[in-house]
Amino acid sequence: MQIKKSNTNYDAIIVGSGAGGGMAAYMLSQAGLKIALLEAGPMYDPTKNVTQLKWPWESLRRGASTEFRPFGDFDASYGGWTLDGEPYTHKDGTKFDWWRSRMLGGRTNHWGRISLRFGPKDFKRKSIDGLGEDWPIGYDDVAPYYDKVDQLIGVFGSKENLPNEPDGIFLPPPKPRLHEMFIKEAATSIDIPVIPSRLSILTRPLPNNKNRGACFFCSQCNRGCTVYGDFSSSSVLVNPSLLTGNVDLVTNAMAREVTTDANGKPTGVSYINKEDMQEYTINGKVIILAASACESARLLLNSKSDKHPNGLANSSNIVGKYLHDSTGASMGGFLPKLVNRKRYNEDGVGGLHVYTPWWLDNKKLDFPRGYHIEYWGGMGMPGYGFGFGMENLNGKYPGRNGETKPAGGYGASLKDDYRYFYGASFGMAGRGEAVAREDNYCEIDPTTVDKFGIPVLRFHYKWSDYEIKQAKHMKQTFEEIIHTMGAEVTWGKSGPEDNYGLENPGKIIHEVGTTRMGNDPTKSIVNKYNQAHDCDNLFVVDGGAFVSQADKNPTWTILALAMRASDYIVDELKKQNI
Amino acid sequence: MDRRKYLKTLAVGTISASVLLDSCQPTETKPTQAAGPPPLDRQPLEKAREEKLKAEQFFDPHELATITVLVDIIIPRDDVSGSASDAKVPDFIEFMAKDRPEHQIPLRGGLKWLDVQSSKRFNKVFTDCSASQQIEIVDDIAFPEQAKPGMEQGVAFFNLVRNLTATGFFTSEMGIKDLGYVGNRPNQWDGVPQEVLDQYGIKYDERTLNESVRFDS
Repeated sequence: MQIKKSNTNYDAIIVGSGAGGGMAAYMLSQAGLKIALLEAGPMYDPTKNVTQLKWPWESLRRGASTEFRPFGDFDASYGGWTLDGEPYTHKDGTKFDWWRSRMLGGRTNHWGRISLRFGPKDFKRKSIDGLGEDWPIGYDDVAPYYDKVDQLIGVFGSKENLPNEPDGIFLPPPKPRLHEMFIKEAATSIDIPVIPSRLSILTRPLPNNKNRGACFFCSQCNRGCTVYGDFSSSSVLVNPSLLTGNVDLVTNAMAREVTTDANGKPTGVSYINKEDMQEYTINGKVIILAASACESARLLLNSKSDKHPNGLANSSNIVGKYLHDSTGASMGGFLPKLVNRKRYNEDGVGGLHVYTPWWLDNKKLDFPRGYHIEYWGGMGMPGYGFGFGMENLNGKYPGRNGETKPAGGYGASLKDDYRYFYGASFGMAGRGEAVAREDNYCEIDPTTVDKFGIPVLRFHYKWSDYEIKQAKHMKQTFEEIIHTMGAEVTWGKSGPEDNYGLENPGKIIHEVGTTRMGNDPTKSIVNKYNQAHDCDNLFVVDGGAFVSQADKNPTWTILALAMRASDYIVDELKKQNI
Repeated sequence: MDRRKYLKTLAVGTISASVLLDSCQPTETKPTQAAGPPPLDRQPLEKAREEKLKAEQFFDPHELATITVLVDIIIPRDDVSGSASDAKVPDFIEFMAKDRPEHQIPLRGGLKWLDVQSSKRFNKVFTDCSASQQIEIVDDIAFPEQAKPGMEQGVAFFNLVRNLTATGFFTSEMGIKDLGYVGNRPNQWDGVPQEVLDQYGIKYDERTLNESVRFDS
């Protein structure tokens, strides 16, 4: 087999074009570095690959999910829980669901745009509760980069002056929708705060940016925005980096190994081109991994050599360990006073207009870490599943004529029930912090390879009582809010038999921690600048570098840390330290 | 470009960032008018799967005829809109049976169950029964909480057909119009309309009004 070698010696090779890789490409290309950007999936551009503003009947399945688009037929996502010919396995009967995006921009194309900064406490949890590990950096180290990310990308929100929910440089938020007003009214009456959400969507044109339009309120950010009115790495970071002329983007390039020289120093990346199925190697001074927490760990573990028998950057033997995802549990309700709603366009932005940040003191609770609450509901566009389960609704509440009918039914009266009950349902979900543990990990499966011959990951992950008790608290809180609203729970009641509805690990797609940062090279993979302890010219800028996940979403912190690491890389290259 | 013009540009359907941004430039170059919005984005694997499913036929003509009768019993024509079969719900159910094979046995078996019921009662398959005979059977399976023992399988089948009919109808062009969903178009979200706030006796607090995005109109 011939391995094709490129003659170019790049200043940097970046593996992965999502939040971390996109930011690194943006920063380093602006600084004039010559870059190769490898992406395992195809090109994607929402102005060409359009699902936005399509009607449900334009999908044969009316927007239902498929294995190719698990979040629905219009979702701007190539990839999913399973990939053809690319398995992953599990150890000891444990569960972990692994989402893999294969497209320019990765998961940032379809994500929820929830853009929360970590707070001061989130970097120092061990100092607070004795569990896990502190980060080697604090909020003050990251704050200037959060500011720059806010200004570069755009995020709306409100000044709240909450101690652990730092305010950003915000665009104005949209007003709450009707059901959100009722949620806010009820929750705040029982001392659960509800504040404007913080999403990276341009409610106003972004100052000094002519490449992006402002939001036009179709609520479809997950479909990819044709005017780039929200953040995705492909539209907002990779596109401008390509315009510098400093970036060679290689799509459909599945990285196989980080190559090293006889001294064990990383020299480049070998990959298989999925279009011609040929093997390639490219060389670079700096190697930056941003393939997602687990893919980057896999790449390191698969990059074995005499100098790095455990895999690259793994002298501590903890690559893959401390894997943790956000916790998740949810519940739905029905608000009787919202029947027979007056129709108007309440699409709004793509996602929640309000949310609940963590509001309690864990010292007074039986679980150590917090969660935030996301809300949804209202008169959304019908899709597959619309009207399902009417037999559970129309026998419980009086219809238009004031009479309660037997549940189910058929005919003109049933047809009218769909109109009458439309827009009266809502739901909420908790997203919480799990404690990172050494025995939750991914490793190389010793007997399984994917269709490219690359050894695959095997997962071992168990929730602890901390997460289960947190889910129990979520469910109690949801029920309390729903009842205070004068609404009723329609789904999501659960108990100890199913861990209070706690989702499988991996399901929230916030997995982090596999190449965590730290000052001690025996307990961490990268230093506080995302630089591998074992190799000065190797960086990991995805969620793998997280020490702990916080009760926030990871993207804004991935972006800030990738920006910070990029500044450091430019500086170190100037000083000829790497 | 001012915001109204911006929205108008978006509304014509030829929305692409380049067209939009070109039209924001002070130059007089006219944006090239595309033939229409691009088709729904499909990956090669998705396209192949859809082509394969479209070429297959799951239900036989008798089954489809039975489905057509059932969906029109569930969602008939009324003053507002047409019936489920007017909205091509049977085609949708045919596709979903192929797209989601877990529907196949419940649907095919349920249709058979229905014909066996009607044969026992009226010595005829369901589609050959009179309208009143059909309704007599449907009445026994359409109301889960009132169904007699022995009808459980029929109830489960009818629930499934009711679900698919509702989705198929209200995700059609006719159904969306009937429902009164008025979104999925460029607009400006400026909060809940005043008359709706009044209807529920609520209002936005001062702080929300001050900090939220506003539009010049």
